[in-house]
Amino acid sequence: MTWWQRLRHRQKLDRQLDKELGFHIEEHTARLVSDGLEPGEARRQARIAVGGPEQVKESCRDARGTRWLEDLWQDLRYALRTIRQQPGFAAVVVLTLAWGIGSTTLMFTVLNGVLFKPFPYRSPERLLSLQEKTAKATQFGDLWAFSYPNFLDVRSAVRSIDSAAWRHTGGTMSQPGEAEYILSCEISAEFLSILGISPMIGRDFTSQEDQAGAAPVALISDSLWKRKFGGREDAIGATLTFNGQQYAVVGVLPASFRLADDSVDLMTLIGQNTQPVMKARESHPRIAVWARLREGATVERARSELAVIASRLAAEYPRSNEGRTFIVDPLRPNTGDAGSTMWLLFGAVILVLLIGCVNIASLLVARASSRGREMAVRVALGAGRGRLVRQCLTESVVLALIGGVLGTLLVFLTLRPFISLWPGSLPRAQEVQIDWRVFAFAVTVSLMSGLLFGAVPALRAPAQELERSLRAGSRALVGGSRRLQSILIASELALAVVLLVSAGILGSTFLRLSALDPGVETRNVLVTRLALSPSVVTDPARIRADWQDILDRARALPGVRSVAMVDTVPMREGNNQLGYWTSSALPPRTELPLSLASSVTPDYLDVMGIELRAGRFFDVNDRMDSQPVIVIDEVLARRAFGDSWAVGRQLWIPDMGPAPQQVIGVVAHVRYWGVADDDPAQVRAQFYYPFAQVPDLLLRRWSEVMSVAVRTENAPLGIVEPLRRAIRTTARDQVLTEIRTMDQLAEATLARHRFLLVLIGAFAGTALLLACIGIYGVLAFLSRQRVPEFGVRMALGADPSDILRLVLRQSIGMIAVGVTVGSLLAYGTEHLLERWVSGVQLGDPVPFVSMVAILIGAALTASVIPARKASMTSPVTALRQE
Amino acid sequence: MTAKSDLPQGTLDLLILKIVAGGPVHGYAIAQRLQQVSRDVVQAPQGSLYPALHRLENRGLLDAVWKETESGREAKFYRLTKKGRIQLEAETASWQRLTEAVSLILNLSEGGLR
Repeated sequence: MTWWQRLRHRQKLDRQLDKELGFHIEEHTARLVSDGLEPGEARRQARIAVGGPEQVKESCRDARGTRWLEDLWQDLRYALRTIRQQPGFAAVVVLTLAWGIGSTTLMFTVLNGVLFKPFPYRSPERLLSLQEKTAKATQFGDLWAFSYPNFLDVRSAVRSIDSAAWRHTGGTMSQPGEAEYILSCEISAEFLSILGISPMIGRDFTSQEDQAGAAPVALISDSLWKRKFGGREDAIGATLTFNGQQYAVVGVLPASFRLADDSVDLMTLIGQNTQPVMKARESHPRIAVWARLREGATVERARSELAVIASRLAAEYPRSNEGRTFIVDPLRPNTGDAGSTMWLLFGAVILVLLIGCVNIASLLVARASSRGREMAVRVALGAGRGRLVRQCLTESVVLALIGGVLGTLLVFLTLRPFISLWPGSLPRAQEVQIDWRVFAFAVTVSLMSGLLFGAVPALRAPAQELERSLRAGSRALVGGSRRLQSILIASELALAVVLLVSAGILGSTFLRLSALDPGVETRNVLVTRLALSPSVVTDPARIRADWQDILDRARALPGVRSVAMVDTVPMREGNNQLGYWTSSALPPRTELPLSLASSVTPDYLDVMGIELRAGRFFDVNDRMDSQPVIVIDEVLARRAFGDSWAVGRQLWIPDMGPAPQQVIGVVAHVRYWGVADDDPAQVRAQFYYPFAQVPDLLLRRWSEVMSVAVRTENAPLGIVEPLRRAIRTTARDQVLTEIRTMDQLAEATLARHRFLLVLIGAFAGTALLLACIGIYGVLAFLSRQRVPEFGVRMALGADPSDILRLVLRQSIGMIAVGVTVGSLLAYGTEHLLERWVSGVQLGDPVPFVSMVAILIGAALTASVIPARKASMTSPVTALRQE
Repeated sequence: MTAKSDLPQGTLDLLILKIVAGGPVHGYAIAQRLQQVSRDVVQAPQGSLYPALHRLENRGLLDAVWKETESGREAKFYRLTKKGRIQLEAETASWQRLTEAVSLILNLSEGGLR
């Protein structure tokens, strides 16, 4: 019989046991009677000889090995009965827990998807990422993306890994359908097979196709396939036009495929890229290299192999590869600062859950004290101490599990809305799913919180002295629980202080940052990237003419005040950093100080509302054939020229040619990195140079990154459609992308701060509320227990204010301890915030003091209510109660 | 009369198996047989027989059927299973090894004193 059968048939087994023992006793009795004993006595002796039928039965039941289950079942039924008896209490507990467990599980779900899950490729643990490393670090560090020739050499020489290259491109797809800017990438032929991805329909690239001169072929995304080809099978073999080049579609990628965290619409072959820079080992387009360990190979072997290849290349190409090695790392998703945001929020929700548990524990202690008599009776009836502890724990674990189930339901409901509220966009959002890990987490957290808030009262309850409890009834035992409850309340307050001070710090940081001037007038400015028609980009003269035409057309639109072009926009992703020097005696390149460089057209200052401090800005006379000029900002002026007059001086900028640049003006500093991150940014100095002076050679590359900035009379988004129509008349395949207002860009730089502030503020509010409920509940309970004592005191001459003081003194003690411990913890939290949230300044007493004051105020208010009630006790009723 | 010693740990199971090995037998008969074979020298702890029987049954060393006795009453008869027989042989052997070893040690130490 299995234990399960034994459990199911336990009643039948019990009957058989009765019968078996009955038979034994009867046989024995008969034998004793035949030996001459009187039947009654014989029976008595037989029962003794067998060892006491009831005890023997218990031992036999124990021998079945199902005892714990039967007890558990009994405990569960008892727990449910107790819960049903006090539905109000149970509801408070379950809702608190549902909130706490739900929000903790929600944050875990996000953490799990974004940080813990590997890439969704085949055996991701064997995937590697390769980088170049130089012996000397420059201003940009010592790690570099691969050059294409280095990748080719590594790929052909290395034995322990299969490697593949890819790079982001992007451009205008003009056929079929409306012209559209799409994200694309160039990959080497083996890239998809290394990831373990194969096209959903059609085929993968072949290595014969991955070279210059082969027929142009492309893989498209599922979304592009549906958008442009109506999801038809005959898309395979169809042609599309991308950046002026025709490609034959050979395959469609699976809908779920994402390259790192991007949905890429088009893939072409990197070997078919014939731009001369692809062959360069210096100043090359940056190539990402991913690799997969071959069967049986180890990372160490790959490392030593790459070291050999690197030194061979260094000998072969000393100019570019001297001191250059290759670095191998496991391939991991890059999630930016989302990780620290998530950990901060996770910490905060855990604090809220802890506060909730402590609150429930103190409620349970109060209840356990009034149930002391029940417990004592059960002990007297033979319940073991362990059995009682288990009973109490079962009760709290049942409550916790109900809370956990509700909390998990909450996660199902709130997960998607929560992700959509994430500032910017949550990286790897599509990986955030409710899976078995989430369930395991929810169950573990529920069990642990159940044990946590159950353990305190459970371990205390049977420790009472039996006889005292039985005699004193429900009124007893207050002395012991008073200290315990004070500890619980104090720790609850301490945790609340941590959350409140964190919210205060975030709030004051947010206020301070919001008040900062970004340096540009963000109202009514539209910024959009614009890709020129692929047909003009090969001819520099036509590029210049086209841009001029676009500016003229845009300026002519009604509601437009001024229009300018700019390559790098403040507070938007992307920047250009160049080294500069104040004399022709240039130090080595790696020691040049850096400045942000933006190429702009003359109206840029008007559009952005940047103040001119000295000299002049560019005008139409600054052209290719005139003297090269730049305008610098105050920061660069101070760094390069100190307090002396900057206008008329010169700067040597090697990346812009050997001739010096004439400084013709100084403008106000723009917080390029946003209000939060500009001050700590490594590169803050800025200069501007005229787009008209970008040399022909670079003009095509520059054209790809230029944006149009428009200052409008009214809401700037209203200008998008007229602008689109106005420029379309020039050529049908010009497209606007990344359409933003400057207000949006400015707001986005504080989005993370706002998000953290709102959530942690809400958690702090919850914590404060819970703590107040806790302190109120405990004081009310303790005062009720002390009513007879108050009665005696009042009968002996104490007046109501004495009683008030008596109760308040108790709560002030708890508050003092809680605030002291909490402040120490909050001090540590402040350092954590300083490290993880930009703009947080250490040692600002205002948020600290104000938040602690709020907490003390709220806690005192919560204590005054029960204290006043106690002080109004009528001595007559109080004594009568005794 | 010498004082009866307690049954060493684990030997009750061995004795029960040995008794049941003689053929199907009910609990009362086992109790009587136990008393006989142990010749009143060792004492099974009171009330430990039935728990031991049930334990052995649950471990699959014994199985049981309900049958009528000669007196016409229904009783639970225990039998040794195949597993029980193997266990009995193994335990008997190890018990013998143990007693030999113990007596060997006892003799040795006396020899050493001389």
